[in-house]
Amino acid sequence: MRRIVLIAGLAALATIGSVRAEESDAERQARWQDLRHAVFGDRRVEEGAGIITLDAPDRALDAALVPVTIDLVGPAKVKAVYLMIDENPSPLAGTFHFGPAADTRELRTRVRVDAYTLMHAVAETEDGGLFVAEKFVKAAGGCSAPSTKDQKLALERLGQMKLKPVAEASPSPDADRVQLLISHPNFNGMQMDQLTRNYTPARYIQDVRVTRGDALVFELEADISLSEDPAITFGLTGKTPVPLTVEVHDSANATFKQSFEIPTKGT
Amino acid sequence: MTVRRLAAGLAAAWLLVIPAFAAPAPFAVTEVASGIFVRQGVHQDATAENDDAIANIGFIVGPASVAVIDPGGSLDDGERLRATVQAKTDRPIRYVVMTHAHPDHIFGGVAFVADHPVFVGHQRLAGVLVERGEYYRRRLAEILGAARAGDYEMPTLLVTDRAQLDLGGRILDLQAHGAAHTDNDLSILDRQTGTLWAADLLFVDRIPAIDGSLVGWLKELAALKALPATRAVPGHGPPVVPWPAAAADEERYFNTLASEIRALLAKGGDIETAVVQVGLGERGKWQLFDDYNGRNVTVAFKELEWE
Repeated sequence: MRRIVLIAGLAALATIGSVRAEESDAERQARWQDLRHAVFGDRRVEEGAGIITLDAPDRALDAALVPVTIDLVGPAKVKAVYLMIDENPSPLAGTFHFGPAADTRELRTRVRVDAYTLMHAVAETEDGGLFVAEKFVKAAGGCSAPSTKDQKLALERLGQMKLKPVAEASPSPDADRVQLLISHPNFNGMQMDQLTRNYTPARYIQDVRVTRGDALVFELEADISLSEDPAITFGLTGKTPVPLTVEVHDSANATFKQSFEIPTKGT
Repeated sequence: MTVRRLAAGLAAAWLLVIPAFAAPAPFAVTEVASGIFVRQGVHQDATAENDDAIANIGFIVGPASVAVIDPGGSLDDGERLRATVQAKTDRPIRYVVMTHAHPDHIFGGVAFVADHPVFVGHQRLAGVLVERGEYYRRRLAEILGAARAGDYEMPTLLVTDRAQLDLGGRILDLQAHGAAHTDNDLSILDRQTGTLWAADLLFVDRIPAIDGSLVGWLKELAALKALPATRAVPGHGPPVVPWPAAAADEERYFNTLASEIRALLAKGGDIETAVVQVGLGERGKWQLFDDYNGRNVTVAFKELEWE
């Protein structure tokens, strides 16, 4: 018997099976084929073993904050990565376009997951090849989960950023790894204001551009599937003291810009 | 003759009908203080076998009327609670207090509609139920079946900060809390006996579930400890515990999470590391630890990384 757990204490029933949990593998694959055609047209998308890996929890602890790690492990230079959450209302969660200052080997972010879903990460190499990695994630309800417990605080903090060192070993010893945190409720239009009981209008981050001096690290085109207060962990080529500049645009046409010294790792 | 035959027929029909319409059976309650009755929930998640009767629920009997505190986790749970009230007193049920939006506390609400009580909740409760009630109903129906799942009632009295319910001279002080267990927690203080009905602001034995704010919960606990109460009714745990002593385990768990997450953040650790490392010293001290700790760490990490 399929065991469904109704969590006694929790509103965001992150780990519960949904109607879509019953969807068959064939239906999931058909959905992916549709999605692949919508994003890449007739271009060939090859199995990405040896080039790209995608990791996320098998069963999410919080469907509104599902950590995702994309590792570009191959020798070929990758110019972009597409992250897709097949069953989400807007499946293309983000597209990272890398510049010369990026070390692309390990990239992390956090997303919302609306239903049991396949996730896909597609690497686009400099010569135009497309390579895909796939992961099935059990999570549900992340898109309509209350975006924040305190909307007032979220709006006061809107656009604040932090750049943090990363404790975990860097995949490449000659590169720095950092984590960028952006305070933004990333309202996707599916959350409700609990006092007024009106749906909160969508307001989400659309574009994050990180540069180091004149060189691009990456530009992220984002959509409503990034979690509240998005977090992005990424690598930087070379160890130089040149500061980072981060520029964020949201769908309300606001721009937030900040420069950071590269933080040093704690003990 | 005809009348007698009819009567006999009715009696036979009645015998056949009885099993289908058996009155809900009262369940065992503990009188934790004069006029305060608590049914202890089991330390499980909802299953078809336990009818989602997993939370501590009960009622307070005053000179003129009764306040039900949390109407139960399902239709059956609510009906049995109502039968239990009726077995203890013939005073009317004037209030049904919903301490927060979680289904194990409120899906028996529909069983009390015939009493026409005032349904009481935190000012945010109505909005939370509009937002998530249907989702809860669907999930519970998957487990219990739609007919047994029950339903919540919308609150008809919203508490913004504080409110008093008068049961005929017995005054209950209600307080709406800031984000803690959830963002719509209500606690009840019975002045007459110095009893704090803490509901899910207090978990004993069963691991607390953080669905509001770790820092906020510690703050609300500190305020609750200062109340003139000598005993408390936890939302999960024994029917009654000494107050404020019984807050110690929960506080220790929260402080452990906070200090370990802050230490990890200071080192540049990320959430993936936190969920597999933080709080493990508490395993063995709580029931259902593995089902909830990782989720609690996720919620707390998200909160603390922006301190």
